[in-house]
Amino acid sequence: MAQKLTRLKESASQTAGPYVHIGLTPNLSGITGVYPEDLGTRLAGEKARGERIRVEMRVFDGTGTPVKDTLIELWQADADGLYNSPSEARGAADPHFAGWGRVASDMETGVLTFETIKPGRVPFPDGRMMAPHISLWIVARGLNLGLATRMYFADEEEANAKDPVLTRIEHQNRVPTLIAGRNGNTYTFDIHLQGDRETVFFDI
Amino acid sequence: MKNEKPETGAFFQRDRAWHPPMLTPGYKTSVSRAPQRAPISFPGTLSEITGPAFGHAMLGEHDNDLTQNFARPGESAIGPRIIVYGRVLDERGIGLSNVLVEFWQANAGGRYRHKKDGYLAPLDPNFGGCGRTITDEEGNYSFLTVMPGPYPWPNGQNDWRPAHIHFSVFGHGFVQRLVTQMYFEGDPMIWLCPIVNTIPDRAAVEGLIAALDMQATVPMDARAYKFDIVLRGRRSTLFENRMEGN
Ligand SMILES: [Fe+3]
Repeated sequence: MAQKLTRLKESASQTAGPYVHIGLTPNLSGITGVYPEDLGTRLAGEKARGERIRVEMRVFDGTGTPVKDTLIELWQADADGLYNSPSEARGAADPHFAGWGRVASDMETGVLTFETIKPGRVPFPDGRMMAPHISLWIVARGLNLGLATRMYFADEEEANAKDPVLTRIEHQNRVPTLIAGRNGNTYTFDIHLQGDRETVFFDI
Repeated sequence: MKNEKPETGAFFQRDRAWHPPMLTPGYKTSVSRAPQRAPISFPGTLSEITGPAFGHAMLGEHDNDLTQNFARPGESAIGPRIIVYGRVLDERGIGLSNVLVEFWQANAGGRYRHKKDGYLAPLDPNFGGCGRTITDEEGNYSFLTVMPGPYPWPNGQNDWRPAHIHFSVFGHGFVQRLVTQMYFEGDPMIWLCPIVNTIPDRAAVEGLIAALDMQATVPMDARAYKFDIVLRGRRSTLFENRMEGN
């Protein structure tokens, strides 16, 4: 017998359930007076540097029905490609840009809308630059473990073509599932949980 | 981790055989929502290794007191008063400081304050059902609440959720993000629940069951349950080859 490794196991995940908004966006779900405002509603302060954009996301289940009870968190670099995080060792990010946000589906339409700035580029561990992207974490009733994916930008064709994550996807015909289309200042991004257009999700 | 430089290593691979699989037909909603293709892996980049930080300054006085934070002045939520406390650790056993922990639950009758909850148990006018706190230097957290009731839910004809509290936990990196549920020691309903039973390993379920701790009670006031939460560990960067630009 060798010495024992003393590692712990990660707590097992459980679904966020149908009432996740009570906990994470209580004001939106009608529970007012507990917190002054819901957390993560503003990613970019008025003085944040960079190009202001709006993103509209929708989530579809395997039957093509919009999922109306989802909650998505976003994490992205600032306009210079720096993260507003203690673990960002390369320099100080824009203090007016949080980089983190939280958005719930509209209970009628299922659309998730947020305003942010377009992120700069961040290096992959081998030094190659990744294309601009927003990391997403998706929870909802029926999802036993939060889903991880990324949203890339359609107008970054050249950077996307060389992106170290996008290029390692074996089935290249699935890459478009990660790319948001642009219309003026608005990007639209559809997430398909199942089916022919199932979004590429990550185990990272 | 007092006054130490923030860590920048990548996280241990998540053991997806320990977590519930996405497709669990006993929990019917998972069937049309579970992705069916294999998720893609790649090495942790700065997008995964970094994550947002939250300061204690954002917390209100009653954020970690669900008996008070929605109650009218001089009143209090109905139900058995309990303290829930514990540590947020990572897989290396290190306490994680400054971690935002959010929680939500049904009231003592098993009813949520939510448009979509039509269970006939009544709302408690003094109970909202949400709270939050941030861990201290050693990773400790605690809050005061009332014992949530079990409730029936539409899945099978007679499925009930055991008493539980939902938890949302941040780590220090975005891919440490975890949502889970806490159950109560000795509850026979735990082992009948289709959502609990999405977890394949009994030891993994036991890790979600809080222990009654009679040493941590406040006599004549509240009983205590201890619930530690473990997030993914992270690799040391001491011996890592660091390439140009990283
Ligand atoms: Fe619940």
